[in-house]
Amino acid sequence: MTLWLVIAAVGVGCYALKLAGLAAPRELLDQPRVARFADLVPVALLSALIAVQVLTSGRELTVDPARLSGLAAAVLALVLRAPFLVVLIAAAVTTGLVRALV
Amino acid sequence: MSSSATRRAAVRAGLSLGVAVGGSGLAFGATAVTSGLSVAQACALSLVTFTGASQYALVGVVATGGSLAVGAVGALLLGGRNTLYGLRLADLLRVTGVRRLVAAQGVIDETTAVAVGQHDREAARAGFWTSFATLYALWNLSTLVGALGVERIGDPSALGLDVVAPAAFLAILWTRLKADPVARWVALGGAGLALAGTPWLPGGTPVLLAGIAALAAALLGRVPAREAAAVSAPGRAGGGPGTADGAGSGGTR
Repeated sequence: MTLWLVIAAVGVGCYALKLAGLAAPRELLDQPRVARFADLVPVALLSALIAVQVLTSGRELTVDPARLSGLAAAVLALVLRAPFLVVLIAAAVTTGLVRALV
Repeated sequence: MSSSATRRAAVRAGLSLGVAVGGSGLAFGATAVTSGLSVAQACALSLVTFTGASQYALVGVVATGGSLAVGAVGALLLGGRNTLYGLRLADLLRVTGVRRLVAAQGVIDETTAVAVGQHDREAARAGFWTSFATLYALWNLSTLVGALGVERIGDPSALGLDVVAPAAFLAILWTRLKADPVARWVALGGAGLALAGTPWLPGGTPVLLAGIAALAAALLGRVPAREAAAVSAPGRAGGGPGTADGAGSGGTR
């Protein structure tokens, strides 16, 4: 029962956090530095997610050849101007293969 | 490229990402049930919370038998980055009333990535709603399947699915990183801060440190008048690829 309450609380809280940003007053968003910050936030956070998802396991920094090769395959696909879905498939297949072989 | 073409490209990007990442709910559903949640609890968490990192944070605490309050706080801390995404999306989506209440549930990493990757506001909206709808449907469906089939599914990482999300984020940032040196520094700074914080901070929260890199660039950098306040008006985007890889490059941002 308690777990249900926590699930409900986390759900409501996470929704409120999402809404808070979306409902921020226009005047605030029109401040040049706030706009600049909001524009750069996805770049910073998505890059951090890439780094964390590829280079860490739990609280440890790790060098995982499978994940690194997958990301390298994605970079190669991007340099070759491959379509979006091809980039994702290249990454997943490479990681899966390296994991199976190593 | 015409505005209808950029919109179609945005819809394609939203669908691709939704399909590619939506299936990762399989892993979540399986993890949740393995950690001790019921199938109904796993599904409720995906339906109501709909932000993967926070869901994993809570489930992780349940798995280790830790305090539920700590798990809840961790989940909310992770949800904090969606507030920052919301600041950006507020300007792109310009939604009010009931549409805003619905849109809010969709403010997550993937939908933000697709929306900011488009050339004009109309395409950004199309990309947001397409990726939101696709992801919401598939994430919840795959959570259910993963939760029900937990014993029958092997380790999803064996298929290499764990690099799909990082590869997608990289693909979406790619053009922006190529074109904008400030974005490159912010990306490196954000990644470095998150990695540096990983050994010291509770799981997931290091990613929030990356916000400091964006903050520093916003406070220290020169801000030309009206810069970044809007993408160009629909139909003014002209030229260039109109796919997800058009992440805010060029003069429109």
